[in-house]
Amino acid sequence: MKDNRIEGYARGLFEIARAEGTLDEVEDELFRFARNYESSDSLRTALTDEQIPAGKRQAIVEDLLGGKATSTTTQLVSMVVGSGRGRDLPAIIDTLVARASASKNLAVAEVRTAVPLTSDQQTRLAAALVNATGKQVNMKVIVDPSVIGGVVATVGDTVIDGSVRTRIEQLKSRL
Amino acid sequence: MNIVALLVAAKDETQTPSKFWPEGYELLFGVPASIIIFSLLWWKAGPLVKKAMAARTAKIQAELDAGVAARTAADVDALAIREAKGDIETERARILAEARSTAAFVLEDGRTRLAAELVEVEAKADADIQAARNRSGDELRAEIARLSTAAVDHVVTGSLDDATHQELIELFIQKVGAAR
Repeated sequence: MKDNRIEGYARGLFEIARAEGTLDEVEDELFRFARNYESSDSLRTALTDEQIPAGKRQAIVEDLLGGKATSTTTQLVSMVVGSGRGRDLPAIIDTLVARASASKNLAVAEVRTAVPLTSDQQTRLAAALVNATGKQVNMKVIVDPSVIGGVVATVGDTVIDGSVRTRIEQLKSRL
Repeated sequence: MNIVALLVAAKDETQTPSKFWPEGYELLFGVPASIIIFSLLWWKAGPLVKKAMAARTAKIQAELDAGVAARTAADVDALAIREAKGDIETERARILAEARSTAAFVLEDGRTRLAAELVEVEAKADADIQAARNRSGDELRAEIARLSTAAVDHVVTGSLDDATHQELIELFIQKVGAAR
């Protein structure tokens, strides 16, 4: 039931973004917003707290995204939060991203790094992932300080982990 | 005849009286008197004497019989005592043998149990020593690991400058690109 609801919301957002002709941009913004939402406890709490009126939660979203993202993205997130589905936001957005990628015959490649990648590095990394997985990829780069250093790339079920965090964990485990 | 001779001789007054033989008239009266007295004695006192003798014989016989009976009883008692003594000896020997056997068993059992307990105590002591050694080793290793872990975090994160980040990213791109 929950999966159906998530799928329904994702499909709705996808259709709106596609109708607006900003699918790529909206999808990318939503993806970034979802990752920020996951990494920020205070944001998560603010957008899912039932004690806070829906209008106020939507105002928080508009304050956060206003001027930084397209109005479509802001309105879509605001709509989901206003309808009390803030807790399902990452899942809805991930489903939307997967749907958008599938519509272009692409696989979503989630890339996490400790520092931002240059556009050249992104291009070469996307090509390397295509070469490694044999799939055309829709690469989403997330700056995640918990990686410490290096890169973690996830394409579907395949995880290519070249992060310093994992090496440290392995070293700790060996110790 | 002899009496007549005696009377004749007694009439001879010239003859010196015998030192041993009484006078004739004494013999004449004395002998019959003696016979009468003895006869009377025989007649009256004989049965009494005979009876007394018989009673005495019976008494002696009874005493003899009683002695024989007492001896027989004593023999029986002696036999019983000897048998009892023999039984006592046998019982004593049996009890002693049983006591020795029990003592030997208890001793052997005690030795065996003691030996087993000794082995067990030694094994436990060895295990305790080994466990303590391992525990100390584990604690030491854990402490080293903890310190090393803290050091690794500190050293690695402290040494990651921008150039190192870029180098790591480039190495990753090269590695992934060469993976297929």
